[in-house]
Amino acid sequence: MSVTMSSQQEQQSGLGAIAARGATNMNEAKIAIKDLNFYYGDHRALKDIALNLPECQVTGMIGPSGCGKSTLLRVLNRMYDLYPGQRATGEAVMDGVNIISPHTDLNSLRAKVGMVFQKPTPFPMTIYDNIAFGVKLHEKLSKPQMDERVEWSLTRGALWTEVKDRLKTSAMGLSGGQQQRLCIARTIAVRPEVILLDEPTSALDPISTLKIEELIDELKHDFTIAIVTHNMQQAARCADQVAFFYLGEMIEVAPAAQMFTAPKERRTQEYITGRFG
Amino acid sequence: MSETPQHVVKSYDQELKRLRSMITQMGGIVETQVALAAEAIMHRDAAAATRAVEEDPKVDALEREVETFVIRLLALRQPVAGDLRQIVAALKITGDIERIGDYAANLAKRSIVLAEFSLPYSLAGLAHMAQLVQQQLKSVIDAFGDNDADKAMEVWRSDQVVDDIYNAIFRELITYMMEDPRNITPCTHLLFIAKNLERIGDHATNVAETVYYAVRGESLPGSRPKGDTSAYTVVRPRE
Repeated sequence: MSVTMSSQQEQQSGLGAIAARGATNMNEAKIAIKDLNFYYGDHRALKDIALNLPECQVTGMIGPSGCGKSTLLRVLNRMYDLYPGQRATGEAVMDGVNIISPHTDLNSLRAKVGMVFQKPTPFPMTIYDNIAFGVKLHEKLSKPQMDERVEWSLTRGALWTEVKDRLKTSAMGLSGGQQQRLCIARTIAVRPEVILLDEPTSALDPISTLKIEELIDELKHDFTIAIVTHNMQQAARCADQVAFFYLGEMIEVAPAAQMFTAPKERRTQEYITGRFG
Repeated sequence: MSETPQHVVKSYDQELKRLRSMITQMGGIVETQVALAAEAIMHRDAAAATRAVEEDPKVDALEREVETFVIRLLALRQPVAGDLRQIVAALKITGDIERIGDYAANLAKRSIVLAEFSLPYSLAGLAHMAQLVQQQLKSVIDAFGDNDADKAMEVWRSDQVVDDIYNAIFRELITYMMEDPRNITPCTHLLFIAKNLERIGDHATNVAETVYYAVRGESLPGSRPKGDTSAYTVVRPRE
């Protein structure tokens, strides 16, 4: 019964406030995607996608299997170049350069845009060499510099304290969660600007999953992150904005809090509440 | 919303349905309580008053049941979007309905005292007010049951009329009390009765706001018309 409270103040607090705030608090786009289409041969897997990945924030991508979310990640570091018959049209502009242009230098693109996969993929070599391997492709570092880089990467990857006494042992001896953090550390080692995570925790136990999520929270201060996940709670926990994909279309993108309280599109609502069918 | 597809997990649908029916059941009891209390006041019906008071423990028990069930749903289902809004709405609405039940019980108790006095004036204003808030209450419970945001908005708007009648009754009763101190006891009870009815209207309005949010995912536009001006009302005796 507050007499002095203005209608505007009332609008900004209370039940409907999250929806009312809308798409605020999003940074400038690190990657701006526009009119993006992708084809596996004749099959159009992505349809006119428009989406910004805000700088130093986390974009979560959700949707049923085959909706195109992993395909979009593959476009963003040109993974598809390895496969004949796969092509993209449209724009995905990072720092003024269209990623999908044939003139883009793939080596420098992949140094800028790192990727981590669903299953941990450590190389069959020592922990130290797993990190050093990628760095050597891009930079010439002295031994002390490389030592420093390995420590830095493993520290950022939240793995240093666990492995610092066995850097020269095989990475294959690490647990699944440790291997995945090693892969993230390896990705960070080449100092990318964007990190793409394709279901990075689907093979991990809950505590390892939380460690990765904590790591993502930490890394977003310096990196722009996109994460594809089947775990909606994970998207809710990690992402600043969440994009919902369905049958190759991006149906809706919204700040996470809005997406999970009051999504605008019916299909989003049905998917995230578990009513799809 | 009625054509919303079912959850893949069917037991979740059943739980949401059960939550909804607990609220409508609670609403139904409280509607009866208010009707009985109004009857008790208008027709000096002590039996109706007793029944209104006796319903109260049932409402309290249902409120606790809803609270427990909501906590369970939040913990086990981790609801999002429309489901989350419905569940949070149920928790808020159960509190409003419980309070309405308390007001109804209080109305009924006062009717018993009031019956000891002969009232030299009409209770038409109160009767009208009681009828309006009963209608509000019924509509808003239906709105929740049917996911009807438009109906909720109607209730929300209609509260102004109740406030206007309340303000008129407030002035009227003060005037009677000034005319003859022997009116003070019955008029004070009548004043509380009017105030309780007005508060029932306010709680119905709260429920309307919650229902609107649950259905649409946004707050009702603008601030609610707040019409109870009795807090600033001064009635001076004629010189």
